Amino acid sequence: MTAQAEVGYHARQHGRWHWSEAACWILALACALMFPSRYLIMTEVVRLALFALSLDLILGYAGIVSLGHAAFFGVGAYSAGLMALHGLVTEPVGALVLSGLVAMALGFVTSFLVIRGADLTRLMVTLGIALLLEALAERFSDITGGTDGLQGIEIEPILGLFGFDMFGKVGFFYSLAVLFVLFLLARRIVHSPFGLSLRAIRNNPLRAAAIGIPVNRRLIAVYTLAAFYAGVAGALFTQTTALASLDVFAFERSADLMLVLVIGGTGYLYGGLIGAVVFRMLQEVFSTLTPQYWQFWIGLVLVVIVMVGRQRLHRWVLWAPNLIIRQFGGRKAVVAVPESEAP
Amino acid sequence: MTSLFTNLFDGVAYGMLLFVLACGLAVTLGLMNFVNLAHGAFAMAGGYVCAVLVNQQGWPFFAGLPLAFVASALIGVVLERLLYRHLYSRSHLDQVLFSIGLVFMSVAAVDYVMGSSRVFIKIPAALEGQIDFFGVGIGRYRLMIIVICGLLTAGLQLVLARTRFGSRLRAAVDDPRAASGLGINVPQVFALTFAFGCGLAGLGGALSAEVLGLDPYFPLKFMIYFLIVVTVGGSSSITGPFLASLLLGIADVAGKYYVPKLGPFVIYTIMIVILIWRPNGLFGRVNTR
Repeated sequence: MTAQAEVGYHARQHGRWHWSEAACWILALACALMFPSRYLIMTEVVRLALFALSLDLILGYAGIVSLGHAAFFGVGAYSAGLMALHGLVTEPVGALVLSGLVAMALGFVTSFLVIRGADLTRLMVTLGIALLLEALAERFSDITGGTDGLQGIEIEPILGLFGFDMFGKVGFFYSLAVLFVLFLLARRIVHSPFGLSLRAIRNNPLRAAAIGIPVNRRLIAVYTLAAFYAGVAGALFTQTTALASLDVFAFERSADLMLVLVIGGTGYLYGGLIGAVVFRMLQEVFSTLTPQYWQFWIGLVLVVIVMVGRQRLHRWVLWAPNLIIRQFGGRKAVVAVPESEAP
Repeated sequence: MTSLFTNLFDGVAYGMLLFVLACGLAVTLGLMNFVNLAHGAFAMAGGYVCAVLVNQQGWPFFAGLPLAFVASALIGVVLERLLYRHLYSRSHLDQVLFSIGLVFMSVAAVDYVMGSSRVFIKIPAALEGQIDFFGVGIGRYRLMIIVICGLLTAGLQLVLARTRFGSRLRAAVDDPRAASGLGINVPQVFALTFAFGCGLAGLGGALSAEVLGLDPYFPLKFMIYFLIVVTVGGSSSITGPFLASLLLGIADVAGKYYVPKLGPFVIYTIMIVILIWRPNGLFGRVNTR
């Protein structure tokens, strides 16, 4: 086998569906049937997972540290809200895609600002854009409703068939379907040569450029794509809660998102999904402990994660499952978090 | 015309205050290349220490200010020794996550201990009101801010440029390995600098309670301002951040006065434009570290 064929073979092997992935999605579906009273909270988890998936695309795969990812979430949320409110596009799926595209356009325009400069400048520019949009949304209160948010949004039935109900059942299955479809797309993308080149850029931009990867163009492409995902997540937020307020742009949203991704692990697609579940459970536990001050514990979790070290933490968590897999499968460690040394 | 001068004066006072608040960050972020988003938390700590001493213990305002400095510096040195120093060599992502965690903890902790409402520090009667100076209204409190911050800035510049400690710090920042090879205790220099920067932030926090307002969300609200000062000012010397904070202060005051509807829009736009134009800051050196 030539070297090239071997690389292709291994890349394809990585791209194959593993049985544990199928199990993960069946589990998600099973949750829906097992806890029919918790649809609202599960919808929230799904939405967060989609948002985290979006950040993972740029942070985990391309290594762009963003402090203002909520900008795209917010733009998606407000576009979906405005479309529903003014009856421009009443069908939710169409509105969802359109909102994603609006966020995508913004992502494309701002990506040129983001690719300039090093980490610190990127942090500042992404943060600045999110704050700028928040200030704009507050300023043009005749369009956005200002601090009160958009009110009286009514969402039409999906495809004209399934109306949103009070218990959030339709909303949950809708969100899960959207997440699944977008996950499939993301999965296809990160296993494609494009995805591999992104990882090369993350590990060493200079070396990636030297072997002929157009670094800036790839970064623009993935940033735009991630903006689309975040916009869709934002639109889902508006459609499932019939609400869009200024806090969609808040810095806390971007910061929490980073925590979600860090809990789950960056650089593999299930990181966001696992992180969203764990984060929401943590939030639930902390807010029952100290209702008003749960942020303290979230902060503590962040500090502890960083002090212990992300990689070490993931090794500890995966120790037990890997032991079991090794016992039964007789293979080497099957579950591992592929995380690079310098995201 | 007089309102122009009054605004200019207020802007300068505001900018000076921002400089004292942010110059510690200029060292950690600009020189040591550590992304410390939690810098505002030290300022808030100083502000609250001063508020408790002055309002509840009945200390005079001018005795509260140095203690705000000392308290924040102590907190800073303890945290630096315990936590921060392990993170100097980590990736920026880790530093960001860690300092965001600290911000969240400080916000919730202060909210729990002191309540979520805005805190005012009782200032002496001599500092209230305005002086009329050739028809230009000058706030006495703001005048005091300018005097204190101006002296501090001059002192800082002297310490950095003229003293042995200053040259040690510059050496440690330029090349930590060579500096430690020459017998400079680099971790100690960094710890002292960090503590001093935190102390200045604490002093700034105590001074700013009257002007900027002090509540548990202080670190989040002003985080972006501190970051703007440092990133726009660049990291070559303290002159860059100083000019950047004056610019920011004047632009913010003028923006709020002349185009109140645009709000913070002006500042963010200026920041993004400057960073696009010169990614290393207005007064930054060409090669980044």
